[in-house]
Parts: sequence; structure tokens; C-alpha cells
Amino acid sequence: MDVPNPTMQAGPAAGRGDRVVAARAVTRIFRRPEVGAALAAVAIFLIFALNPTSQPLWLSQAGFVGWLTQAWQFGIMAVPVGLLMIGGEFDLSAGVMTGSTAIMMGLLANNFGWNIWLCIAVSAVFAVLVGLFNGLLVVRTKLPSFIVTLATFFVLRGTSVGLVEALNANSTVVTVLNPPAGADTAKAIFGGTIGSSPAYPVALVWWLVVTALGMLVLSRTTFGNWIFAAGGEPNAARNVGVPVGRTKILLFVLTALGAWLVGTIQFTAGLSAVSEQGVGYELYYIVAAVVGGCLLTGGYGSVIGSSIGAAIIGMALQGVIYARWPSQWGFAFLGILLLFGVIVNAVTFRQAQRARR
Amino acid sequence: MTGNPAPATATQAPHAQPDATAVPLLEARHVSKYFGSVVALRDVSLEVRAGEVTCVLGDNGAGKSSLIKTLSGVFPPDEGEILVDGNPIRFSGPREARAHGIATVFQDLATVPMMSVWRNFFLGQEPTRSFGPIRFLDQGRAKDVMRVEMAKMGINVSDPNQYVGTLSGGERQAVAISRAVYFGARVLILDEPTSALGVRQSGIVLRYVIQARDMGRGVILITHNPHHAYPVGDRFVLLKLGRVMGTYTKDQIDVGELTQMMAGGEELAQLSHELQRLDPDQPGLQRVARELAEDAKAHQ
Repeated sequence: MDVPNPTMQAGPAAGRGDRVVAARAVTRIFRRPEVGAALAAVAIFLIFALNPTSQPLWLSQAGFVGWLTQAWQFGIMAVPVGLLMIGGEFDLSAGVMTGSTAIMMGLLANNFGWNIWLCIAVSAVFAVLVGLFNGLLVVRTKLPSFIVTLATFFVLRGTSVGLVEALNANSTVVTVLNPPAGADTAKAIFGGTIGSSPAYPVALVWWLVVTALGMLVLSRTTFGNWIFAAGGEPNAARNVGVPVGRTKILLFVLTALGAWLVGTIQFTAGLSAVSEQGVGYELYYIVAAVVGGCLLTGGYGSVIGSSIGAAIIGMALQGVIYARWPSQWGFAFLGILLLFGVIVNAVTFRQAQRARR
Repeated sequence: MTGNPAPATATQAPHAQPDATAVPLLEARHVSKYFGSVVALRDVSLEVRAGEVTCVLGDNGAGKSSLIKTLSGVFPPDEGEILVDGNPIRFSGPREARAHGIATVFQDLATVPMMSVWRNFFLGQEPTRSFGPIRFLDQGRAKDVMRVEMAKMGINVSDPNQYVGTLSGGERQAVAISRAVYFGARVLILDEPTSALGVRQSGIVLRYVIQARDMGRGVILITHNPHHAYPVGDRFVLLKLGRVMGTYTKDQIDVGELTQMMAGGEELAQLSHELQRLDPDQPGLQRVARELAEDAKAHQ
């Protein structure tokens, strides 16, 4: 799609341009932010495919569904978190938001007997408000989003746990005992499965949809252009009339809505929610985005890369179990991946910044 | 488009031009700006006409950036007025100035390095195409227009997907300048476009200044380098400590005089004295002082 059109070239530069086109095509592929992640994904897949202990399960359909079930909850979030990172910001409240929205739906359905769809709609509004709050606070105060969203993280975490304990007799779990209206349709659309033995979660479709939408928005729309500019060089962007603040606020809202989607899927699957659900997951999302080629400092990255990063995390966590390694090794694995991802990004960034030779 | 055949500037332009046949595109009349008790600008007047380059020369702290911000609508003048096409106007902000065709290209803040040339070119004013209710970037058109516009500046962009960060400093300025021209800028305010560049790159940027002038645009070139200003300028405004020390047309002054006024021969002499007094026992300092004194003599 992004191939230069040689017929447009004219003048003295044309000859030189033709000669380097072939070489450039190769370097351009390797300069794409998601290439490192794709190679790493293949490598990790092969590790567990060749390991004799994990091999039989890894190569079966059930094993495939196993790691995908780990991966989708990171994947749906890695897309908006990646976009937000390209836009130059972080959201540490993204993980706990998946739990907070689920808890909200649970309490509304269980304690008040609301229609499930109404619960879903109300928590979507709540998610938008939290996103707006994060975004406005970051843009207005010019404080680092790291600290602002850390505050939101603690508030949401404390409120979720506190509310559940107060309303549900010191329990940390909300389970809807008498399913209200809409539970079946909501489950079919969000938390259900497709097929049997193995059953594929519907969430995988949502992951694909979110990834496709994210890619489309980032590379093909005006808003995508603004995301790159807002994270890459906000002052230059402002000088040419890009609404940098509005772009960032919208990204925070999208991240909160992503968390709402994950919360909805998890809640409707079993009509229950755990009060600390999603706590700590925000770091996985960031790992996925970074391994996927998003630059921590903003301005550069990829949506498909972030999704591949999430797949890598799913494979690593689940593969370690299949291989019967102690599960702690999964974390060590992730740590090494993160380091690797950051280094590859830094090198790519420097390459891209280097003056043309 | 090439615009009006550029009025062959230096040779035709008689000084001062009191005749009102050509109304200046942008004019500042007796503009003053204060920040508390600090005088940023006092009684500054300048003008730029279509197809002309007005150079504003001044050292650090001369008030150049205050002048740019006043002209580009960032803040209004405290005294005096700004005129566009001869009509007094009070900009509500940079956006309104831009709507009147006044575009400012800031040295380092003109482009986003990690974005491709075509994305930078259309940043903030992206062309779109509708697919049903959704509007997508019109990449094909964007790339074609960008190529044509850059070619007018004399640059062949073989790969529109190239990151701006991989372009040379001069080419980056060219992207910003041709973008401003394409989006209807009639007056270009260029803030120190050559200060971070080497000799060759500076030459390239100055060529774009001439290109923009020949397209019938007015250019205000802010610089501290008289050697860059003189070859392209039609008018020269010398700014010092917020005041205009002199306004000259090209035939009233030559590059040597311009340099001398910029460097300020008397000031060099004074600085030399001060250094000598500072520490008579330091040979290094004394050598610098002697050199300054010689420079000062050479300028007078």
C-alpha cells in the first residue's frame, strides 16, 4: 500500500531514487514497528511447539484456545493502551477499570435487579466519565499521566472493594443469584462461546474487531494522524492547528471504554465479578504495547503490533503451564521480552531518526 | 502556480516607497509591548509587501520573538496597530492570523519527526474521502499534492512515506514552508530558519525563501545573521533591546554596513575594556579582550 510511485519522480533525484527503491523496500519492512513483535511471536510459538512436554497440548486445538483465552483480555486492552501510548500518555487505571465496570454491573444486577443491558449501558457511561476525568486532568494540569492515573487506580480499587464489602456482607465476590432480564442475550454477544470441544470465546471476535478498528483509525483517519502528532511533537502539532488536548482526552475515553468491554465480557460470562479483578493487568497492557513496537515516549507505534504483543503474553503465560515449568518462569520470560522490546524500539527509533544517507 | 511575476525587487525599489500603489500585506505601526515593567517592544514599525522579503535582524534579547508573537496573533500589541492589506486589525489569536493568510514557521517546532512527509504536510488540514458515514484520509491525493508542491520548491520527494526526521534540516524547513504556501499563506514569518543549520543547508533554505517570494508571497525573515539576510532581503529592520535601530531598503545599505551595525563596533570596544579591567593577570582573558578591540576597530 505504501509503495512510492516511481512515475511521479522527475528531475535529478529520480535516478538515485530508482536505484535505492529495492533496498528501501526491504529496510522499510524491517523498520515497521510491529516486525520485532511478529518475529518474537513466531519464536515463542516454536519454543513450546518443540518442547516435548508442552508439544502435544500446544499443537492441539484445546491448547490453542487455552492461550488465546489468556491473550484476548490483554489484546482488547493493548489496542487502546497502545494508541494512548502513541499519543504520548499512560493509563495505569486501565486494569482496575475492567474490574470496576464488572463490579458495577454485578451490583446493579444483583442488588437492584436491573436489566443486564441497562447495567451494561450505565457502566459504559461510567467508563466514559472516568476516561474524561483522566484525560481532562492530564491535559489541564499538564501533570504526567503516570501519576494522575495512578491516583485514579487507587481510588477505583479502593471504591470497588469497599462497595462490594459494604453491600454484600464482607464478600469480595459479586455473584448474581437470580439472573435478571437480558442475561442470556448479553452472554451470547459478550461472554459466550462459539462451538464446543473446544469452545472458542466470543471475546476473540471482539479482539479481532477492536484490533481492526484500531488499525483503521490509526493509519487511515485524521484522528490517527493527530494521535501520532500529539505524542510525537505536541507543540508542532498545536502550531498547525491539531487539537492536541482533545485528541488525548478522547484516547483516555477510548481506553476506559476498552476496559468496559473487557469488564462486560468477563461479567456476562458467569454473571459474577471479583472486586480486585484486573488489578495489576495495566502493566501487561503496557508490556504488550511496548513489545508490539510502541515507543514509551509516544509518537510511534503500531496497533497490530500491540495485539501481537498481547498474543505473546498469552503464549508465554500459558506455554509455561503446558511445559510444566514453575509458573514464575512465565514472569521471567515476560521481563526478558519487555527488555528486548524496549531495546528493539530504541534502535528502530534511532534508525528512523538518522539523517538520510 | 507561480503567482505574479516577482517585482524585481532590489533594482526597482526606490527607498522608503511613500507611494501607496502597493499596499503592504502586513504592517506593524508604532507597536509597543510591555511585560510588567519590561519593555519587550517599543515603537516598532515594519512592513512587508507581496513579493518582498523583509528581514528583521537582532541579537538575542532584541525582541524578535515578541515581535513574531505580536505579528502572528499570539498576543495583541499594547500600543500601536497591526494592519493587514492596509486595514487595522486586532487578532483574537494565532488561528485568526492564519485565517488572514499569516503563517509562522517556527524553527524547531514546524514538523513532527516521527511522521512521514505527506502526513506532516497535511497535518491539521487532512484531505478526506467518505466511505458511507466514515471519512478516511485521502492518501493518494495527499501524496500527489505534496509531491507537486514540494517540486515547486525544487525538491523531488521520491518516497512520501519517508519520516521527516530523516530529512536534512533545510528540507524540513522546506516542508513547513511549502505547506504554509499551499494552505494559502500570503505572509510567511520565518523564525530563525537558518540558525541551526550549516552553510550549505542555510543556502538551501534561503533558496526556498526566494521561491516563496517569487510566488508573490511576502516573507518576514527573522535572523541574527546579516550574511543570510542581505542576499535575499529587500528591507532590513534592525532591532535592539526592543527598539528599531534603523530600517533600510537594500540600496541604502550594503552587507558590510549591515554587519557592522549588527555587531555594534562601539559595543565591542566597550566589552574589550570591561574584560581588560576584569582580571589583568589572566592572559587568556586579555587575549580575548585584544581580539575584541581589533574587531571593533575593523568595524569602525
